[in-house]
Amino acid sequence: MIEVQRLTKCYGPITAIRDVSFSVAPGEIVGFLGPNGAGKSTTMRILACFMPASSGTARVAGHDVFAESLEVRRRIGYLPENVPLYGDLRVAPYLDFVAEVKGVGRAERRRRVAEVMERCLITDVQHRLIGRLSKGYRQRVGLAQAILGDPEVLILDEPTIGLDPKQITEIRSLIKSLAGRHTVILSTHILPEVSMVCDGVVIINKGSIVAQGPIDTLVDQFFPTARVEVEIAGPSAAVHAGMRAIPGVVAVQGVTVTDSAGRYVVEAARGRDVRAEIFALASQQRWRLLELRQVGTTLEEVFMRVVAGEEEVGP
Amino acid sequence: MRVWPIFKKEMRLYFTSPVAYAILLVFTVVMGLFFYLQFSTFAMASMQGMMNPMMARELNVSDAVMRPLFFNTLSVILFLFLMPVITMRLFAEERRSGTLELLLTYPVRDGAVLAGKYLAALALYVVMLGLTLVYVAMMVYFARVEWGALLTLYLGLALMGAAFLAIGTFASSVTENQIVAALITGVILLGFWIVGWFSDSVGGAAGRVLSHFSIPERMDSLSKGVLDTRDIVYFVNLTALALFLSLKSLEARRWKG
Ligand SMILES: Nc1ncnc2c1ncn2[C@@H]1O[C@H](COP(=O)(O)OP(=O)(O)OP(=O)(O)O)[C@@H](O)[C@H]1O
Ligand SMILES: [Mg+2]
Repeated sequence: MIEVQRLTKCYGPITAIRDVSFSVAPGEIVGFLGPNGAGKSTTMRILACFMPASSGTARVAGHDVFAESLEVRRRIGYLPENVPLYGDLRVAPYLDFVAEVKGVGRAERRRRVAEVMERCLITDVQHRLIGRLSKGYRQRVGLAQAILGDPEVLILDEPTIGLDPKQITEIRSLIKSLAGRHTVILSTHILPEVSMVCDGVVIINKGSIVAQGPIDTLVDQFFPTARVEVEIAGPSAAVHAGMRAIPGVVAVQGVTVTDSAGRYVVEAARGRDVRAEIFALASQQRWRLLELRQVGTTLEEVFMRVVAGEEEVGP
Repeated sequence: MRVWPIFKKEMRLYFTSPVAYAILLVFTVVMGLFFYLQFSTFAMASMQGMMNPMMARELNVSDAVMRPLFFNTLSVILFLFLMPVITMRLFAEERRSGTLELLLTYPVRDGAVLAGKYLAALALYVVMLGLTLVYVAMMVYFARVEWGALLTLYLGLALMGAAFLAIGTFASSVTENQIVAALITGVILLGFWIVGWFSDSVGGAAGRVLSHFSIPERMDSLSKGVLDTRDIVYFVNLTALALFLSLKSLEARRWKG
């Protein structure tokens, strides 16, 4: 649905993105991640046909964003990063304008506008001036104008920024409900959100793609080991050596270790659960086992590892 | 071409903010004042005319009131002041607030966006001119009105306004600051105003070219109640050129860079 190939964009001397390639399958929700200034918004602006790339191609819904811009724009809903809206218009007339510009017929317009207002939970502010709405509500109006007209592809630049936790959950489930019927690419800095909402991620850093794929695959790729966190009261050297000797364990790292007790992270090959052996070891040695739990690898850790480079990632 | 929704939106924006009201108010009040002055002079003259039938024949409303009303120095200044205010918002404000980014990613051609906005400015201008018809209506009671001459006058004003607004639209499309847009418009209009002054000193072919571009030169025949084809062509060309440049400046963003 979205195919990006070797996209490069220069702002004068600054190269914002370089040789960016990725693709998004129909019906998929993909998270577009990267630190500040990585080039997310730049890429999305190109996808939304706001500006052309310096080189490379991008196709959305089968059409080239540069050569067939109008065809692409008929099929996308776009929410720019800072949610630009007309502060002097009221919510309902504004959405009516958007629907009309997107080619929704007069007969259908009222119903469609009412429908998106309901979905984005803004029905009760429909008569208010947009400029007087709170940030969160403006964000929802922005989202409403994007999904208006039922576009095949949604390009959402930080759709949940500035929302309160309750709103975030609501907007998240709204975005989730779009899966299947719509293809969504969304950028965000809230990584747990991505794990909850997205099927896959594309991570960009300093203008280049550094990782992409389903989250699980990325976790396997960047964290080939499963981790267990252990707290044991016992002679630290012996504990360390004992755990290291368990078959399958590739590393034992102390988190906080004193002579008589310590907290460790034990890494073993993925798919190998060493908790039973650690327990057995502790009881055999008469060490007191205070805690034993599996540590899941979060997207956050993957992100940090990919973006910051290995050396900066502590256990 | 989805010009209509853009046009409606622009009209809504004019009238939900105080801009349009302010323009209309300033224009009507100031013009009302001028009208009062012109008309009282006219009334005085007609009084004298009653006593002198030869002179009365010479007097008519469009010559004596309406044309001086629009073409005295003060109302020309008022025009030069108000026209940039009508157009300064069109693109500059959308650029500044970022709404242009959203607008231009909707399935509308740049040309339709431009047309919708320009027509909205033109419509506001027409409303502005239309309000002065109140004065015409008032005069119908007091004097004979030649509708032909009046029509010519209004058509000329509309054409002139169309060109000024197109220039304003262009200025608004090149900056994200409304004030700058208004200033650019003012400078361009002023430039068109004063090139005529130099035409005499330059002389020759260049002088003729300069005087060709001079707006007062063009307005001269208008103010005399003649709608010359050359003036029509001039204003239409100026409008077309300014709109063409606006379109290019909108499209510039799509050029590969
Ligand atoms: N209009 C512009 N002119 C010049 N440079 C720009 C422009 N827009 C973006 N840049 C530069 O391009 C790079 C990428 O910016 P971009 O906005 O795409 O980052 P981002 O990933 O969206 O960041 P953030 O997470 O902060 O939104 C940055 O170095 C930025 O300074
Ligand atoms: Mg951004």
